[in-house]
Amino acid sequence: MENILLVENLIQSFRVGKGLLDELTFQNGRFIRETLRVHAVNGVSFEIPRGTVFSLVGESGCGKSTTARTIIKLLEPKGGRILFQGMDITRFSKKEMLPLRKQMQMIFQDPYASLNPRSRVLDIVREPILFHRLADTKSQATEMAMDLLQKVGIRPEQANRYPHQFSGGQQQRIGIARALSVHPQFVIADEPVSALDVSIQAQILNLMMDLQKEFHFSYLFIAHNLAVVKHISDHVGIMYLGKIVEKGRKQDVFSNPKHPYTIALLNSIPRLEGKNLEHTPPIKGEIPSPLHLPSGCHFHERCPYAMEICNEVYPEERMTAPNHWVSCHLY
Amino acid sequence: MKSIPILQRFFASDFFYHYRRSTTAIVSSLMILFVILVAIAGPFLTPQNPYALSNLFLADAFKPPAWLDGGELRFLLGTDQQGRDILSAIVYGSRVSLFIGIAGVFFAATFGILIGLVAGYIGGKVESIIMRIADIQLSFPSMLIALFLMTTFGRSITNILITLTLIGWVRYARVVRGETLSVRKKEYIEASRVIGYSDLYIMVKQVLPNVLNSVIVLSTIQIGTFILLEATLSFLGLGVPPTRPTLGMLCSEGFSVLYSGLWWVSFFPGLYIVFIVFAINLFGDFLRDQLNPRLK
Repeated sequence: MENILLVENLIQSFRVGKGLLDELTFQNGRFIRETLRVHAVNGVSFEIPRGTVFSLVGESGCGKSTTARTIIKLLEPKGGRILFQGMDITRFSKKEMLPLRKQMQMIFQDPYASLNPRSRVLDIVREPILFHRLADTKSQATEMAMDLLQKVGIRPEQANRYPHQFSGGQQQRIGIARALSVHPQFVIADEPVSALDVSIQAQILNLMMDLQKEFHFSYLFIAHNLAVVKHISDHVGIMYLGKIVEKGRKQDVFSNPKHPYTIALLNSIPRLEGKNLEHTPPIKGEIPSPLHLPSGCHFHERCPYAMEICNEVYPEERMTAPNHWVSCHLY
Repeated sequence: MKSIPILQRFFASDFFYHYRRSTTAIVSSLMILFVILVAIAGPFLTPQNPYALSNLFLADAFKPPAWLDGGELRFLLGTDQQGRDILSAIVYGSRVSLFIGIAGVFFAATFGILIGLVAGYIGGKVESIIMRIADIQLSFPSMLIALFLMTTFGRSITNILITLTLIGWVRYARVVRGETLSVRKKEYIEASRVIGYSDLYIMVKQVLPNVLNSVIVLSTIQIGTFILLEATLSFLGLGVPPTRPTLGMLCSEGFSVLYSGLWWVSFFPGLYIVFIVFAINLFGDFLRDQLNPRLK
């Protein structure tokens, strides 16, 4: 199957500290200049076949949102390659990206912050259509926007209201309509339901899947909650500290998890056993600082199966079953 | 036809709700309305045109206000040493004062907003340089800068406006830059960039409307400050030319005869300055409380 997106060894990092003075430290009687870098994404590779849903899952701070923002070129990649529909967009300038903007879109985490509070809902959805000249006349653009708003469940008489007049779920519906207004082939959803009430989450997820069936686009879905991902994904990638530790088809990863981190994540989903709601103890320790990456396997400090080699060498990605990749010395 | 829903929306808005319940807001806005009406309609109502020399008679000079001994009803607030009616002079003077205040704020705001937007949105070295210049300027007293500029340029209304712009842009630039920095991090800006809008479009259509509230609040207060600053400059003889006197200039002219007992010549123009600036500041405080979401 053709890939809509292929990411190879993607690297992203940021300098912290504002200037020279923040970087100077006094050690052993002399000044040392130390540039601090946050290593957010450290060589992420995955592919998304056209028309499918790929989910990136991990704790907060593992670099999944940064990966998404780098792929859609809100951030310039520091290394690696991004192939969109076979085209290498890694070094594309703003101008070169412009025609591609209507093919890749994004849905954001905070529904309210992602809508301009001074714009009417109709304008929020109509402006992108006009900007990319997808309609011949303004009235046609209005019609298209209204149509789309109706599809996501916003009534026509609500179209002239401002974002703050809607509930969180409705705001996210508007955000979805904006993303779809330019008919994208590929949509990145950055934790689209994590800011919503649990009762609303399922509605929004269902809406997103219905729209995908109707418009046949592909999703890169970012989440920190495996339960959310389970329903909607075709493929899953588990991320830890800027690396994908395990990836594969959803059923393989969920029914036959290999990496100790994946197993721990899956165990952390509360589930019913008999009449009791069971929680397994959480993973010990904290996620290490991306300022100073651990040696060897990033997970070894928290891993119950850690061996000597885990402290020294980062494990190669190995295929343990068809299309099921794991980075762990156990396999 | 479209104006009716807009009016209805205004009357139904939170802003109007709070306005109706605030005595300060109502009183101060009525005071401002009075000042504006007087400035617009004044010349048609005043007993004389105080700057047409043919209207002035030396026989009318040194008349005290009407309620004092020797006062005449036709010169309600008295006359000066040339027989000029003080009330008429105040009405004419307030026109120039208000014009300078409002036009000065307009130019300073335009200039400052532009610089603040660019500094806040682009960031990096551009921002550092602009903001350091602003910091340096803010460490000088604005009166000192004004005195320096006016002595260099010479007195005229244009030069006053240039001076006010050069003094005023700093505050706008700082406020707008600060707000831009916080708006720039919002996800709707990211969304705009994902759609592909140009930086200019994002600055004008997405950032600017979201920083305007602070600009409006600042502008109200700033009009008062500028009127005062101009009055001070004119009082020192560095402001407007004598042919188009402002309230500050009237004070200054009256000052020379103050010790001869003609207190009303500079007292009433001064009182009117206080009245205008007080009203503007009161209303500015109300606007700040209403339009600044962080204080709500």
